[in-house]
Amino acid sequence: MMLGGPLPDRTLEGEALLAGLRRRWKGLGLLWLVLMGVILLRLWTLTVFYGEEYRRQAENNRTRVVTLKPPRGILYDRNGTPLVSNLPSFDISIVPEDVGEEKEVVARLASILRLDPDDVEERIADLKLRRPYEPVKIKENADWRDVTRIEARRIDLPGVVVEVENRRRYLYDVLGAHLVGYIGKVTPEQLKEDLYKGFPREIQVGQYGIERSFDRFLVGQPGEKLIEVNAAGREIRLLGRREPTPGDDLQLTLDLNVQRAAEDALGDRPGAVVALDLPSGEVLAMVSRPAFNPNDFSAGISGSRWSRLRDHGGFPMTNRAIQNAFPPGSTFKIAMAAAGLESGVITPETAVTCTGAIRFGNRDFRCWKAGGHGRVSLHRAIVESCDVYFYELGRKLGVDRIAETAKALSLGRQTGIPLPSERGGLIPTAEWKERARGQPWYPGETLSVAIGQGYVLTTPIQLATMSAVVGNGGEWRRPSVVRAVRPHADWTFRSLEEAERVSSEVKPETLAFIREGLRGVVHEPGGTGHAARVEGLDIGGKTGTAQVVTLRDRRESRETRFRDHAWFVAVAPVANPRIAVAVLVEHGGHGGSAAAPAARKVIEAYLAPKNNPPPPGEAS
Amino acid sequence: MTVDRRFIEHFDWVLLLSVLLISAAGVLTIYSASATPYGPQPTLYLRQIYWIGVGLIVMLAAAATDLNTLKRLGPVFYAAAVILLLSVLVMGRVGMGARRWVQAGPVSFQPSEFAKVFLIFWLASHLADRPSTSGLRLRDLARPAALLALPFLLVLKQPDLGTAAILFFVAGTMFVAAGVRLKPVLALAAAAGAAFFFMWPLLWGSLKEYQRQRILVYLAPESDPLGMGYHISQSKIAIGSGGFWGKGYLAGTQGHLAFLPERHTDFIFAVFVEEWGFLGAIALVGLFVFFVVWSAEIAYRSRHRFDTLLAAGVTALFAWYTLVNLGMTMGLTPVVGVPLPFMSYGGSSVVAGLAAVGILMNVRLRRFRIFG
Repeated sequence: MMLGGPLPDRTLEGEALLAGLRRRWKGLGLLWLVLMGVILLRLWTLTVFYGEEYRRQAENNRTRVVTLKPPRGILYDRNGTPLVSNLPSFDISIVPEDVGEEKEVVARLASILRLDPDDVEERIADLKLRRPYEPVKIKENADWRDVTRIEARRIDLPGVVVEVENRRRYLYDVLGAHLVGYIGKVTPEQLKEDLYKGFPREIQVGQYGIERSFDRFLVGQPGEKLIEVNAAGREIRLLGRREPTPGDDLQLTLDLNVQRAAEDALGDRPGAVVALDLPSGEVLAMVSRPAFNPNDFSAGISGSRWSRLRDHGGFPMTNRAIQNAFPPGSTFKIAMAAAGLESGVITPETAVTCTGAIRFGNRDFRCWKAGGHGRVSLHRAIVESCDVYFYELGRKLGVDRIAETAKALSLGRQTGIPLPSERGGLIPTAEWKERARGQPWYPGETLSVAIGQGYVLTTPIQLATMSAVVGNGGEWRRPSVVRAVRPHADWTFRSLEEAERVSSEVKPETLAFIREGLRGVVHEPGGTGHAARVEGLDIGGKTGTAQVVTLRDRRESRETRFRDHAWFVAVAPVANPRIAVAVLVEHGGHGGSAAAPAARKVIEAYLAPKNNPPPPGEAS
Repeated sequence: MTVDRRFIEHFDWVLLLSVLLISAAGVLTIYSASATPYGPQPTLYLRQIYWIGVGLIVMLAAAATDLNTLKRLGPVFYAAAVILLLSVLVMGRVGMGARRWVQAGPVSFQPSEFAKVFLIFWLASHLADRPSTSGLRLRDLARPAALLALPFLLVLKQPDLGTAAILFFVAGTMFVAAGVRLKPVLALAAAAGAAFFFMWPLLWGSLKEYQRQRILVYLAPESDPLGMGYHISQSKIAIGSGGFWGKGYLAGTQGHLAFLPERHTDFIFAVFVEEWGFLGAIALVGLFVFFVVWSAEIAYRSRHRFDTLLAAGVTALFAWYTLVNLGMTMGLTPVVGVPLPFMSYGGSSVVAGLAAVGILMNVRLRRFRIFG
């Protein structure tokens, strides 16, 4: 019988309901007591009946979980040459829990390894967050002699273990260091990332460059093994094993020959070189100077080495190609010409008479050529890099129209290259200045912008990408650094997703005209970039000489830190561009003399390799 | 609110004492479990004491509130439970592979712990308002079951298999206590069994990898000597090696050498038995049995159906927790990750547990008041 609505408990039916409830409740309680009886029986069985057996197991519970580190994926250049390898090496560690009379063992070990016993003690005490039975590394990459000595005296050295590690070896040392990156022990912050969830703390992961950005492919998945050890902590029986999954191999976009040429061309001068394949936008070479040696990091960098790198005034750990922004100087005139033609403010025929300076407001804006260029068309203005022409053009355009085209050509924003810490640079607008500085834009500042000075800041990768847009005739792709991935235990590389295409919305005719200008810079008389000329190659480029300090007379200063930055951007062959290059030599002086020859060597290495013909199978 | 003389006079000191004894054993064991030479958090036991303090205040509040008012708020409790669980989904923090915690100011808590108590409240009021002398039919069960499905799925989504299982058992217990007609339920069970059989591949596919692992390992612990099977066998070694007398306080090796996983939370019983032996375990389990029987008695003696159902629900919560946790540490039930009430470390479970004890006290106190 179902009764509608709440029923008072103190009626006859209410009492009956309550009675039924109580009866069933009692039954449930008895059922629970029976189940608890089973629990007690089990408890008795475990503790009393099998107690001795379990006690023995607990005493011999010398099972350890040992991490099996996965080999990292190998990096190849675009032609299949390996850039790194994983070399087995020996690490000597100590498990403090297994060491009996610690002092003596540590002293013995220290004498075998020719280390200071206090240092060893310190290393052991240092690892605060160590798990029980986690080995403490005493010597990494130990040589064979040390290993044999330790094995010979293992009875005297309880708790000392020799572990085989895969050591990352960068086969070409500093070559491409900033692009390739380096690895290091996983940090506590990284362990919180999804990618490294559940990783043991002693594992090495990518910390910089491609090693970091593409670690999801490279790092693999650690395995582990459960072993039984004897009283001295040595493995006596394997109980279980979960194999590690090796990382995937990557085929980079890097071309070893081009990279080598770029490294040599820059030499020891601080600066950067970026070379992009066209039209793919693949990074063929990326150099930043000064550089570091990634091999220093693989074995755990020593304190003195690290402080030397950190305190190095030249910031070797910074990838200047993407992480530093500089005024682009006259290379910015490419963007200016495009802005003028696109907006219709000028036509290719528009001419300006250069007398060596123009007066604006109450200030003289000088051309780099003291006597002036005379009457110049747009083409000749690009070829001779006439400042006055572009002052005039800038005045007519205004800063906002300049910015619009410059941004369309990829300047002043991150290109999206898949590497850590890319800087965006800056293309100023009136609105920007109001917001950032709280001041209105002064028209005179537009004239500085017109020759790539003032607030304008670009990274080398941006200028290379701008050249790529010009070379491609309007379209560009996000610069890429990895071409293909090969899952471990697989034979073939699979292409990565192609980088997205971006249309600059600059008309192809405009860019074709500019390319002619760039060719003129290198090949025509009076061109500022003739140092990039080479027999048989159709190279187009643009010089840039960016002032570091505003004082004009510092230009020829002997003091290096006041000297101008030298730029050269180039595409080749002009008729059908296959490579775009940007070269920056910090405080190098003139773009035409300091940077252009380097760009030429890079282009030569790609388009006309002398001693290194491309290996068979390379299709282009 | 003035303190009623009867509140002091009839206060359930016995229940409080048994809970405090269990909690004290918990604090001692947490101290032992985390006091390894390399232990990461040696102050865990202090935090547990702090949470017990907070919980006792909540308990007193729960004991002194007018139940009749709360009963009318049944649907509100349901809504609160669902909102709590939704908050986990929306702003939950991930810990140990599951999204269970929510940050509220400086503290993070597990909403599911409180949601369980709220749901018991709601279900008790729901069932009390729909009496049936000849037992609930399937039709009568459909509504509460459907309403329970939402919080149940939310908990499963976190994923928290243990809490979901407890929720299922507690609701089932309350249904049975309220009285159900046997035949249709058996038919439904048979149908569900058949459905389960055919839906199994689908269900299996929807489980998280570690959940599948746990089920597989429960069926055959030897299949995974590295993972969960390792945990179960280490837990059994800890308990078994305690023997009759135990190894002595702070002298356990299994717990201290970190062979035991979750040793201050889900596997705390194993740490306790290793150190106190069969003798200590009997005392502790005895305390739990006493506590549950005493609570059941409160439900049994209550003069109102709502009170009985409410106290029965709360009692069932503790009873199932105890049974499943002890079974798990001794390898009798799957490792689903449920805490041992008042023993395991965890602020949310301690505070929610003591609030539930407050409810039991409240129900008991109503026996001594004027019947209304």
